Amino acid sequence: MAKRVFKVWRGNPQGGDFKQFDVDVDPGMVVLDVLHRIQAQQANDLALRWNCKAGKCGSCSMEINGKPRLACMTRMNSFAEDDTITCQPLKAFPVMKDLVTDVSWNYEQNKKIPKFKPRPRESDGTYRMYQEDVDRVQEFRKCIECFLCQDVCHVLRDREKAPQHAKAGDKVPNAFVGPRFMIRLASLEMHPLDTDDRIPEIRKEFGSGMCNITRCCTEVCPESIGITDNGIIPLKERVVDRYFDPIAIVGRKLLGIGRRTKARNEGAG
Amino acid sequence: MLDVSEIQTIEHDVVVVGAGGAGLRAAIECSAHKLSTGVLSKSLLGKAHTVMAEGGMAAAMGNVDSRDNWKVHFRDTMRGGKFLNLWRMAELHAKQAPDRVRELEEWGAVFDRTKEGLISQRNFGGHRYPRLAHVGDRTGLELIRSLQDHGVHQGISFHMECTALEVLKDGDRVAGLLAYWRETGRFVVFRCKAVIFATGGGGKAWPVTSNSWEYTGDGIAMAYEAGAELMDLEFTQFHPTGMVWPLSVRGILVTEGVRGDGGVLKNNKGERFMFNYISERFAPETAATIEEGDRWLAGDKSARRPPELLTRDEVARAITAEVKAGRGSPHGGVFLDIASRRPADFIKRKLPSMYHQFKELAEVDITREPMEVGPTLHYFMGGIRVDADSQESTVPGLFACGECGAGMHGANRLGGNSLSDLIVFGKLAGDGAKKYVSSLGSTPAPSDDQISAGIRRATEILNRESGTNPYLLHDKLQGVMSRGVGIVRKKDELEQAVHELDELKAEAATMRAPGTSQYNPGWHEALSMRSLLITSEAVTRAALVREESRGAHTRLDFPGESAEWVKYNVIIKKGAGGMEVEKRQRPDGPAHLVAIANAKIEDLESGKVGADVK
Repeated sequence: MAKRVFKVWRGNPQGGDFKQFDVDVDPGMVVLDVLHRIQAQQANDLALRWNCKAGKCGSCSMEINGKPRLACMTRMNSFAEDDTITCQPLKAFPVMKDLVTDVSWNYEQNKKIPKFKPRPRESDGTYRMYQEDVDRVQEFRKCIECFLCQDVCHVLRDREKAPQHAKAGDKVPNAFVGPRFMIRLASLEMHPLDTDDRIPEIRKEFGSGMCNITRCCTEVCPESIGITDNGIIPLKERVVDRYFDPIAIVGRKLLGIGRRTKARNEGAG
Repeated sequence: MLDVSEIQTIEHDVVVVGAGGAGLRAAIECSAHKLSTGVLSKSLLGKAHTVMAEGGMAAAMGNVDSRDNWKVHFRDTMRGGKFLNLWRMAELHAKQAPDRVRELEEWGAVFDRTKEGLISQRNFGGHRYPRLAHVGDRTGLELIRSLQDHGVHQGISFHMECTALEVLKDGDRVAGLLAYWRETGRFVVFRCKAVIFATGGGGKAWPVTSNSWEYTGDGIAMAYEAGAELMDLEFTQFHPTGMVWPLSVRGILVTEGVRGDGGVLKNNKGERFMFNYISERFAPETAATIEEGDRWLAGDKSARRPPELLTRDEVARAITAEVKAGRGSPHGGVFLDIASRRPADFIKRKLPSMYHQFKELAEVDITREPMEVGPTLHYFMGGIRVDADSQESTVPGLFACGECGAGMHGANRLGGNSLSDLIVFGKLAGDGAKKYVSSLGSTPAPSDDQISAGIRRATEILNRESGTNPYLLHDKLQGVMSRGVGIVRKKDELEQAVHELDELKAEAATMRAPGTSQYNPGWHEALSMRSLLITSEAVTRAALVREESRGAHTRLDFPGESAEWVKYNVIIKKGAGGMEVEKRQRPDGPAHLVAIANAKIEDLESGKVGADVK
């Protein structure tokens, strides 16, 4: 057992600062274990979120020594023995208390994404899809909604313009949904059964053009999803093909090809 | 004096408590019936314990082995549950699971595929055929995300980070719920006609558990306080394979899929000890030699499955016995080896979370080295007693589904039968609630007195000048349950546990949480201690009464199953003087189902038994 120094941000929407805790750490512990020990012994009311403690639920997202991490997957032996460990809330979202932020904006974005619209079943009542056709979609569906990618996204981090900080009545200059929901859109757009035409919204409502491909989201993804290369860039390409490729536009006009189905407002519900 | 009219009030037809698989499925059904539906979750949406489920959901679709059908699934479930399951529930589950799984696909779930492009199914303990629809080893995440993404478009109101405190009643029937917002600590009254509990079990009463902080038996305790009957609580499943090292991750689940995909258990002498623990019941259907087990793994349909895939109660007991005999691993478990059985790329593809989990948390590469594993408290077979078809409890208007309901799994649950339980009985609870709500002549109304008493009980904890630290009380409770109500039990230890629980209840009356009511985990912990204490007492008292060893309930002083005890359930109810425990006779099963459950597998498959049962 060794004594370690933790600096944990404590406060509320009005403000706060780092409080120091000296705490005993056992071999094999992760940062979340140490925070729990602080909570049990020194600060019963220290607010933090967690659930599975195995990197599967994405609840314990926070910034540890300045980096967006899952506290349950950050081992204490990944730091030097005399390092001070600082823990603070995600920067891209409004603080509720201590290490807990208001991530409700993300849930609102999810709700805006039109639902999955499968083609009819085969005559034997099944859906046939082959593993190689669903590998990519399964990669996207590994997402645990930890929102670390949203936290590091430059577009969402820009506090002046970021939509998640907007108050009622504010004019919101950018409409980017963020990497998490680009990935969700990609999982629908590339789903072998989905029949909906999602490209117009991906461009307009969800702001695919706002992403400037810095790949920060991909770097922090605890599930190692190829957010930028496998998800966002292919979506951007589909948008470009639809709106900016003259040959494809002419082809579509003449032959009606290039769309999976009618646009939603043209087709029946 | 508290003015109840100033408390926030939200009205729904139905309020579902819990946003895991069962709660979401129930809510989707309620909203499909055009009921105004609210869902309360202690955590954010999509974080419920269902995301931890790994292996898959059992449904006899026959995609991988066409010999499978609902009757074989039903028979496996009854045998795994040691014939204590409610016959009707096991029947409904086996019959309806395939449709519920296919429906998920319609809502966007992307299961692993067979070569023919159908939903792939994997082997699991106690299931005769490959039966578990799965997505690698993250099936629970797929289930919860599919229900979540479908549910948000169904007009359901999601009340996140909102904790229920008690059921409000109007006379005998349900009239609403008292709850509080975790962020602000403010109270809220939900006025509704029906409440569906989908709150899971109470594994957090034990120190080594695969369960998250949310598993504090809230629904079980609230139903008990509301006068509902509880059943079968002595059956607490210890999953045979939890992580044992490092200490901070002790108890975290290692999926049974590791064994389903070929992993084997070894002791410190390198022996596959499970061959020494094959019980009489399963001997005719279990491989007798390592060679036969290997042929089965290679796909030989005439070979029988290896004993690593016996039911969880049997494997957990065997591991405990090996460790006790001094043949355990360095950190008090046994070895689970898939590295020597499958190539590295197979392991990474079929078990990616396990690879990741061991690599990150234990610095073990499971494609090269064996894992160290041991039993971990995983699941409550018992819970709120419900009607098999409607999922209604003995309190009118109160429903329960998923882990907090009782009856489906009897004395031991098969792996994979939980996720399918959630979607089958979640839907049925929604149907049941619809029927109940439609039959109501008048809207029930909760009494102000009950609301203010509930709020007073909750706020006392914040207002005390001094008192017991709830975290330390929780530690003590875990000590009591681990010493007295573990994997093997006996009379004097159980009695001692009852006595110690009485002392903890007295201490709990003086709990204090410093700080304000805003997002105060100490206060939340104190409030959940009340649920944990009721649930723990119910488990302990039920375990004391059942004088036999059956499934997950093992009594050192009463070894073996008793022909007499299979006729009874242990029922728990709140009485005037405290907790009342009753040994209650079960009705006989219908003859056609009894015949199927007891049939020899050859007779069932040849049609000699059960051919005329639809």
